[in-house]
Amino acid sequence: MENRPGAVREPCRALADAGINIMALSLADTANYGILRLIVQDPDRAQAVLERAGSVVNVAEVLAIDVPDRPGGLADLLDILDSRKLQIVYMYAISHGSRHKQAAMVFRFEDPDRAIAVLAGHNINAVSSVELFARSQ
Amino acid sequence: MDHLWNDSPGGFHTASAPDYLPAEQLRQLQLKRLQASIGRAYDHVPQFRDRMGQRGLTPADLRSIEDLGRWPFTVKADLRDNYPFGLFASPMEDIVRLHASSGTTGKPIVVAYTRQDVQVWASVMVRAFAACGVHRGDIVQNAYGYGLFTGGLGAHYGAEALGATVVPVSGGNTERQLMVMKDFGVTVICCTPSYFLHLLERAVELGIAMPLLRVGIFGAEPWSDAMRQRIQRDSGIRAYDIYGLSEIIGPGVGIECPRQDGLHIFEDHFYPEVIDPETCQVLPDGAEGELVLTTLSKQAMPMIRYRTRDITRLMAEPCPCGRTIRRIQRISRRSDDMLIIRGVNVYPSQIESALLAVEGTLPHYQIILTRRQGLDEMEVRVEVTAEFFSDRIQALETLQTRLGKSIESTIGIRAAVRLVQPHSIQRSEGKARRVLDERDKGI
Repeated sequence: MENRPGAVREPCRALADAGINIMALSLADTANYGILRLIVQDPDRAQAVLERAGSVVNVAEVLAIDVPDRPGGLADLLDILDSRKLQIVYMYAISHGSRHKQAAMVFRFEDPDRAIAVLAGHNINAVSSVELFARSQ
Repeated sequence: MDHLWNDSPGGFHTASAPDYLPAEQLRQLQLKRLQASIGRAYDHVPQFRDRMGQRGLTPADLRSIEDLGRWPFTVKADLRDNYPFGLFASPMEDIVRLHASSGTTGKPIVVAYTRQDVQVWASVMVRAFAACGVHRGDIVQNAYGYGLFTGGLGAHYGAEALGATVVPVSGGNTERQLMVMKDFGVTVICCTPSYFLHLLERAVELGIAMPLLRVGIFGAEPWSDAMRQRIQRDSGIRAYDIYGLSEIIGPGVGIECPRQDGLHIFEDHFYPEVIDPETCQVLPDGAEGELVLTTLSKQAMPMIRYRTRDITRLMAEPCPCGRTIRRIQRISRRSDDMLIIRGVNVYPSQIESALLAVEGTLPHYQIILTRRQGLDEMEVRVEVTAEFFSDRIQALETLQTRLGKSIESTIGIRAAVRLVQPHSIQRSEGKARRVLDERDKGI
């Protein structure tokens, strides 16, 4: 999105009008433009809605990983990722509130398949999209 | 008419004699030279010979100047298609200089000079300086770019041959330009008019006065009478327009005289015609059309009926200054889409090629031209569509950088690249309005 008034509001309003709930969101910015990253239940429908509203949309594969909701929860996970040299392109949080003692982090990995294998080896599992959306109900 | 031929300040320069040739003598000289030039092109340049042959023409068919109307034209594409040396009429051993200017697809247009050509170039520049009242003892600051561009060395050789004191500062480094102007007591400045306005503004900011500056010789880009009034009012100097193009010789094809009412073409060396750009018919003096130039004395690269794409008219009335060489009206526009940005020729098609080269797809784009502090600024707005979009900031930044570098390496000047939302650039039917030129608003 260009850095101008309405740039964030317009796509959010378009999704709202289509009854689409935003599960998680991150906004990365530079001086002139930004990228809005969204987690939604139905990415294909959301893409169609957003494109009709004039946005340019890219659907990317990300992993949601449970992180113990305590100090050190994220740092411990990052220790593992760093030691196995898994490159993180970007990440942001999904909060489920205090009901669950877990928080989930969304990761965009350079090599998602390797990331899944490495994490499985440490008994860390990615949260499936089904589970993720169930938690938000 | 008797003139006092001497080179003292204010007197006529001996080199200016041909400016005042009686009309009949001038026409005889032109015919003789035209025949020689066409003969030279016919003998040595295959493309000219072929084109003449296609029309059943030989050099002997040029018996009067009017016969030139039967001759084929030369266009910029011919120089591009014959890159680098295909239109040369002299062997390389006789060529002592090569210059180049930007072409439409990134390949420059190469022009060549024999020793005699360089001397003729210097001589017309001497006449140009003399017409503006420049003389021995003047200190001339040459801020035209030195290098492949013909502006720098063209002005340099002319001012030096005139006997003036030349300071070859070339372009850029405004603070240093002003230091030289003040400390060296510069009396004459050569640069683009927009750059001079920038120098003036900076001088005011820094509190630098230039009381000795008397004459400015400005060219390489079109500029209006309103801009001239502003320059003259703000600086107190006389601001003269100089005309030229590399394909013909460089600067020195035409110059204003103290009347500042049209530019005298040195037509003993460059024969001017004005044609209707659609029908290609030669128009009478006074009618507006496209300027066509034929070199009469160039050896290394003769140009026969070169279509300049500049729109003007030949002024029929004799000039009160006494010069018999005819004037053209100041050039205000072109018949093609060429832009002049900071003195550099740029075609929108070059920007397109540069953008296409980065991703293999041509994005929707628009060129916005503004002028800030006297300097032209170019912004290229590029629509981010699905092909170019990425979810990574780094990828977009890299794209932006690569687009900017591609443009800079194609046209030689830096442009700001701005990524914009899809559909934010207006689509149009037919010819897209690629360029928004917001310079010269109010000037």
